Amino acid sequence: MQPFTTLTGIAAALPIPNIDTDKIIPARFLKTIKRTGLGSALFHAMRYRPDGSEDPDFVLNKEPWRRAQILIAGPNFGCGSSREHAPWALLDFGIRCIIAPEFADIFYNNCFKNGILPIKLPQAVCDALAEDARLGANARLTVDLERQVVVRPNGEEIRFEIDPFRKRCLLEGLDDIALTLAHADKIAAYEARRRAAEPWAVG
Amino acid sequence: MAEAARPRTLFDKIWDAHVVERLPDGTAILYIDRHLVHEVTSPQAFEGLRLAGRRPRRPDLTFAVADHNVPTSDRSVGIEEPESRLQVETLERNVAEFGITYFPLNDARQGIVHVVGPEQGLTLPGLTIVCGDSHTSTHGAFGALAFGIGTSEVEHVLATQTLLQKPAKNMLIEVNGRLGFGCTAKDVVLAIIGRIGTAGGTGHVIEYAGDVIRGLDMAGRMTICNMSIEAGARAGLIAPDETTFAWLKDRPYAPKGEAWDRAVAQWRTLPSDAGAQYDTRVVLDASDIAPLVTWGTSPEDVVPITGAVPDPDDEPTEARRAAKRRMLEYMGLTPGTRMQDIRVDVVFIGSCTNSRIEDLRAAAAVVNGRKVADGVRAMVVPGSGLVKQQAEREGLDRIFKEAGFEWREAGCSMCLGMNPDQLKPGQRCASTSNRNFEGRQGPGGRTHLMSPAMAAAAAVTGRLADVRELVAH
Repeated sequence: MQPFTTLTGIAAALPIPNIDTDKIIPARFLKTIKRTGLGSALFHAMRYRPDGSEDPDFVLNKEPWRRAQILIAGPNFGCGSSREHAPWALLDFGIRCIIAPEFADIFYNNCFKNGILPIKLPQAVCDALAEDARLGANARLTVDLERQVVVRPNGEEIRFEIDPFRKRCLLEGLDDIALTLAHADKIAAYEARRRAAEPWAVG
Repeated sequence: MAEAARPRTLFDKIWDAHVVERLPDGTAILYIDRHLVHEVTSPQAFEGLRLAGRRPRRPDLTFAVADHNVPTSDRSVGIEEPESRLQVETLERNVAEFGITYFPLNDARQGIVHVVGPEQGLTLPGLTIVCGDSHTSTHGAFGALAFGIGTSEVEHVLATQTLLQKPAKNMLIEVNGRLGFGCTAKDVVLAIIGRIGTAGGTGHVIEYAGDVIRGLDMAGRMTICNMSIEAGARAGLIAPDETTFAWLKDRPYAPKGEAWDRAVAQWRTLPSDAGAQYDTRVVLDASDIAPLVTWGTSPEDVVPITGAVPDPDDEPTEARRAAKRRMLEYMGLTPGTRMQDIRVDVVFIGSCTNSRIEDLRAAAAVVNGRKVADGVRAMVVPGSGLVKQQAEREGLDRIFKEAGFEWREAGCSMCLGMNPDQLKPGQRCASTSNRNFEGRQGPGGRTHLMSPAMAAAAAVTGRLADVRELVAH
């Protein structure tokens, strides 16, 4: 996994509540056996008109936000399906950080597995960042994961909270399967205990 | 010893019994007892295993079935669509290579993964169950801690049979009183989502309790737990009881003989202790619940069938007014329209929410002796091949077919429109599924969620209809 340390980039505002994972990537684009190449399907129904051409009014179709790396989103972003194709599509488009008042649990979790940093900040702060984002390329945001701050174009620093374990995994780009496998003996001991007590449960 | 005596919730008990190791920051390595796998969210996980030179730790606790993009028409011709075929063939290669039990397309046990798991007795009280699908919450109806995971976590479970997790918060939702005539488990869960909202359960596991929940059969309990995710909760739970045990006994993978007796004795210790603490409590009175339908593009947009399309101007903030206006535009509805005056083009009875034999019986009772209204396409997609066989033994297929319904093969079908079963742009559907998101059932499609009996009523009247006016009290 690509580590996440600091990021300075263009932010796009998409302050719509309840953007579900079907909206991030519709189910008909999930018929793939790969993780890559999904960026073109990102936000498909909002981004393209029925004839397949780009909707020039959609933020990610406009300059400079076509090059956005940060998304300022609305509450309950990523609700619905567990499809990891949603963060894959965002990543493939170039989004590495999403800032929202609230995320749906499974999507939030899936971001960390893909080197995307989801940041929860109060609605009023998200509103201010969305205003910054609307200023475009001259108003880049900086996200510093080590220091847990978002730096606004005016230099103001906004602190955010993050689970320490997830922070470390992101900073170092760790493979959490390898971390867990370091406890393989504990897993085996657990299985032996459960097998004795509840043979129907673990075979 | 004071700590051990602390009253615990059902969730606390299952959680505590599955912690392999607590890491210094409080993250737990949580053991997973059953891993259900389907064709859409697993190929990248198996590929990841291969690339890292790993193998599944417990293929014997892993079970696979193809459901999301399989055709629900004649299976003898194979899968026409090349991408769907590749996904199913990839799953078949993976299960063969790694020795995982698989219920193939031509096997009567094939069906929607959340119908198949319980039906086979893979789902048991007190277990942890995961699947790369958000509706894994369904299995919580049996008192199992079951939740959806992403593909990276599918790979993590394959490799380690565990997940890295932090404990969720406990929410208790009590539904007391008696359900009114014509009201079902689907109406209860839609009422709950309408009350707490689609983010109301975020960060929580919801335990459902109260007289109404106790009185539900297992199909109804599965419908409720299934839509926990639409209330924002990854998992829903219902304490196991005699109804649960009777339903599970003699299922193919359920314990037998002495092991069954030991298991039941252990399962009886699972219900929440008196005095257990919940972070959030919600109480609903069943007498306030009417047959419900959704009007918008979020499952929280519920209204009684006797009601009307709401007016965005009644919303408290401009952001909410704008969101509701956009929904109405998408749905092609105007404020004040009576719900019962809304005509439908398609009726879909199916999905992991409502495709079990009890759901089909409820729909057939309304359809019996009637015809699908002119111009309406109506389809029934049973949840599994076994549900289909059972329905055919009971003659339900004849009732549906004589009325003009399509009687199809098992799969997820039009719930998410990954296979050819899709709405056309602008088409309006009365659906027993779980999500009315924009484009969910096909690009531009318009979804109204409701119970199987209400969907049947829509099919025979050609509009959203109050089932209470169609059947004898």
